[in-house]
Amino acid sequence: MTHPEQIVPHGHVLRYTLHERLTHWVAAGSYLYLLATGLAFWSPWLFWIAVVLGGGQVSRMLHPWAGLIFTASVFYMFLMWSKQMEFTEVDRAWWKSLHFYITNQDDKMPPAGRYNAGQKLLFWTFFLAGIILLLSGLVLWFSASLPWSWRWLRYTAVLVHPIAALVTIGNFMIHIYMGVFAERGAFGSVIRGDVSMAFAKRYHPGWYEEIVGSSEPPK
Amino acid sequence: MSQATLRIQKISGHAGSVPGLDTQRQELVCKLVDTTTCIGCKACEVACVEWNDMPFSPTVFGNTYQTMPETRWNYWNLILFNEHEREDGSLQWLMRKHQCMHCAEPGCLQACPSDGAIVQYTNGVVDFQQDHCIGCGYCITGCPFNIPKLNSVTKRVYKCSLCTDRVSEGLEPACIKSCPTGCLHFGTKDDMKDLAEQRAKQLQDHYGFANAGVYDPPGVGGTGVIYVLHDATKPELYGGLPSNPSIPLSVKLWKHPLKWLGNLAIAGGLIGLFVHFLRYGPKAREEEDIRPLGG
Repeated sequence: MTHPEQIVPHGHVLRYTLHERLTHWVAAGSYLYLLATGLAFWSPWLFWIAVVLGGGQVSRMLHPWAGLIFTASVFYMFLMWSKQMEFTEVDRAWWKSLHFYITNQDDKMPPAGRYNAGQKLLFWTFFLAGIILLLSGLVLWFSASLPWSWRWLRYTAVLVHPIAALVTIGNFMIHIYMGVFAERGAFGSVIRGDVSMAFAKRYHPGWYEEIVGSSEPPK
Repeated sequence: MSQATLRIQKISGHAGSVPGLDTQRQELVCKLVDTTTCIGCKACEVACVEWNDMPFSPTVFGNTYQTMPETRWNYWNLILFNEHEREDGSLQWLMRKHQCMHCAEPGCLQACPSDGAIVQYTNGVVDFQQDHCIGCGYCITGCPFNIPKLNSVTKRVYKCSLCTDRVSEGLEPACIKSCPTGCLHFGTKDDMKDLAEQRAKQLQDHYGFANAGVYDPPGVGGTGVIYVLHDATKPELYGGLPSNPSIPLSVKLWKHPLKWLGNLAIAGGLIGLFVHFLRYGPKAREEEDIRPLGG
């Protein structure tokens, strides 16, 4: 089944619908706020971030609400993308060739589909970490209301919340690096929605073939 | 005590040594609560509410004389009552004045992320500065004694200040002043320890309390409130006083190894990505230049 309707003028192909881009930016915006205020609470050396963002009280008040927006957008992504994010045989081969990907020898990579194995891992890590952050975050949000006999919940949450956050920070740094610096054209795709046919063929050959119906390179 | 910084150390044009230098005794202050002479009159509860100008707090009846189940953001001092049946079937009515312990190593302070929201004075008093409190509640998690309480309207946390305003003027805390039996004492930590040990020995030698002793838990570095107990081997009987309190393990792990490992990982990650970019650069230079591979 080919999808020629996804081919847009000037040799480009639609990679993200408006719907997908909006979801991405709701998640991105809320994540950036969570990251900034979270880092402020994480270290006294970074508490100035909370001051810049309106003060510690404001940051403490809004951080949980931003967390709800973020987890809602991640759950929405799950509904949107979970099917496409299932790992396949190609992904297993892709992992084995990871060193070629890291050293920019993309010609030696197995043909990734719409999402490569790394992107899928990013998605699942954010999804799982999102659940953990939501649950531990709810405990921290209402920690003053928990009875003394439930204090183990607070003890767990103060440790689990930053660990899960650190995992997302690692993912976030790689995500920004790949999307903005390494794969030129990727950042534009999550703003304008399209990538060049050449980009599609180079980084997502499986997906390219799905749309064009042929593995012939674009003219 | 708070005027300690104004004590004279050097004097210009002065013959001889500085009068009074090194004669000051230790600065640490301490409350001593002798549970064996407490009669549960709650005068200290009233004095606390009065002096700190807090509103009348509704009481909760729990089948004992206790005013309410636990302290509140505006009720910092509470006598806990426990009817304890001893092995020989006789009854012991245990009462303990419960308030902030002013730990030498305060878990609340270690857990707090907000600059200046919790301070510890050189006299040992741990004091909350509500101006800087962000209401996160981490202090509640850090405290092994269930003391800090959140005001859900102002979103600030409150607790006993050891009447810092009185102590800084050389007065004793309000609770101490109100005690009619003299079970409450206030002074330097050394003096209170001596007095407590003396009383414990008296209880052992003359009153048949073989296990009488002093509660000054080392797990939190000692406390600014110490107790004389009839049975120091079972502090839990006194309204759940923990026998070996310490800052919760997860709070210690979070604030020490995790914090530094996390910071190292973030910094290492940023450096790693930067070096990778210098070494390998973008996968293709410009979007226009991207040519399909093998094409």
